[in-house]
Amino acid sequence: MATFYGTEVSSRLMLGTAQYPSPAILADAFKRSGAGIATVSVRREAGSDKAGNAFWDLIKDLGVAVLPNTAGCHSVREAVTTAHMARELFDTDWIKLEVIGHMDTLQPDPFALVEAAKILTEDGFKVFPYTTEDLIVGEKLLQAGCEVLMPWGAPIGSGLGLSNIYGLRSIRAQFPDISMVIDAGLGLPSQAAAAMEMGFDAVLLNTAVAKAGDPALMAEGFAQAVVSGRMAYDADPMEPRDMAAPSTPLIGKAFL
Amino acid sequence: MSDPITILGGGIVGLCVATELTARGVPVRICENGDVPGPQACSWWAAGMLAPFCEGESAEEPVVRLGQEAADWWERQGVRVIRNGSLVVALGRDRRELARFARRTDGHRALDAHAIAEMEPDLGGRFSEALAFEDEAHITPRAALAELWDGLVARDVEFTKDQPTSGRIIDCRGLAAQDTLKDLRGVKGEMVILRSNEVKLHRPVRLLHPRFPLYVVPRGDGVFMLGATQIESGERTRPTVRSTLELLTAAFALHPAFGEAEILEIGVDARPAFPDNLPRIRRRGQRIFVNGMFRHGYLLAPAMARQVADLICDDLKPEMMDEDHGEW
Repeated sequence: MATFYGTEVSSRLMLGTAQYPSPAILADAFKRSGAGIATVSVRREAGSDKAGNAFWDLIKDLGVAVLPNTAGCHSVREAVTTAHMARELFDTDWIKLEVIGHMDTLQPDPFALVEAAKILTEDGFKVFPYTTEDLIVGEKLLQAGCEVLMPWGAPIGSGLGLSNIYGLRSIRAQFPDISMVIDAGLGLPSQAAAAMEMGFDAVLLNTAVAKAGDPALMAEGFAQAVVSGRMAYDADPMEPRDMAAPSTPLIGKAFL
Repeated sequence: MSDPITILGGGIVGLCVATELTARGVPVRICENGDVPGPQACSWWAAGMLAPFCEGESAEEPVVRLGQEAADWWERQGVRVIRNGSLVVALGRDRRELARFARRTDGHRALDAHAIAEMEPDLGGRFSEALAFEDEAHITPRAALAELWDGLVARDVEFTKDQPTSGRIIDCRGLAAQDTLKDLRGVKGEMVILRSNEVKLHRPVRLLHPRFPLYVVPRGDGVFMLGATQIESGERTRPTVRSTLELLTAAFALHPAFGEAEILEIGVDARPAFPDNLPRIRRRGQRIFVNGMFRHGYLLAPAMARQVADLICDDLKPEMMDEDHGEW
């Protein structure tokens, strides 16, 4: 079981709730995948008077833990305000903290991220920061009070997979006891499996499922990949080697 | 014939249902608090694309099938239907979006740069690939609503602000019916109307973009409608800077001359939608609800009006009916 801030979550797959063809298809995708956590954005939907309520009620009805996010925030202040609104709306102190630094790549702004994380943890939030694979940023986030890190696989919505394998291995090794989720950039189940094989605790994705021709089928595909990848990690896989190692003995055959 | 049926709401659904019923000799009156047609109806802000095949990219099958009735229906009401098809393009780095769109839709033909320039000279040299959906059409929404209104007035249909207290009712109030239809939600949409004498387009053009999909619908006389955002919010006011920026940026990307266009209007409303974004007919007692057109008002209201009329006149159970507790 994956544990985030002391809460055990049954599935290591987290799904976003944006961009599905309809809320009904979104609900199907959750059902078929068994995803344990739903992330949901509030910044743009809130309007002037919680106008997004009808949609948020549908999310609450999914029966999974809700992780509200600060998607669409570009500054510390916006993110903090949005987090407060999310806490009230969903009655949770969990917040997935996104502070976007660059419009085109949607890369997180690490400086604003650390600052916002500090403010929010001091205010009692349990912060899930969307960050890069940078070790120093990771360390600063932990110092700010975060107990979870969410490094990106690749830019949001790109479907490129794990674009810096070395960096991700390195951050996993650097903080072996911290719950870590690969967030964003995954396009295919094989990429999710690869992340799980590397020892990440969970993966979070949205576009890959929401924009698939059959979102529910893709969600199930990801769910199976996440399970397979984690099994492989837990099973302590063999080490790769340069030479062939025959699985049947060669005794009795001539060496040529 | 007995007392006229009261139709609540003078938006696209109310007017289409009234038109279809009066054409079959059923007397109706329309109860609407605002002007008919008027900006209180979300159909006032619509694009008027009759593009069932393009919509099939993300909509369920009934939208594609039922939507194919729309162009002929509108033409029968005397509305000018422009049957020039529609065009789908993508900017260089999003070209793969075009392949995805093609895989998920029917009824299109691939165009190369030369064919694009022939079809829409102003887009010539700007795009190397496109999809043409030649069996699609578009109309001008406010003119279409006015045409329906004229037709109903000519048939002596009464328009009233007085709420009915009893009798048979067809509830076409759109999002306002949330007070009774608990699974109805609003999906906010923002749009912009521009005027440019530098750009000429003959058909709606969709610009595929992973984050800011946009369409531009030519309304004639240099007027263009840019649409539309789709935000999970029931807010019917307050077009935001971000949304407007997205729409205008996408228009500028489609053709830089839009940079000098005049902004005529910025509009906003929320579309009524059920969880699967498909429309529904429901009968409860003496009230029939027709609702949940989502982004398909002009495309689906004709088919929904036909189904309601089939129910009332011939007792045929509508395909899109999901609840019937009627004592009609």
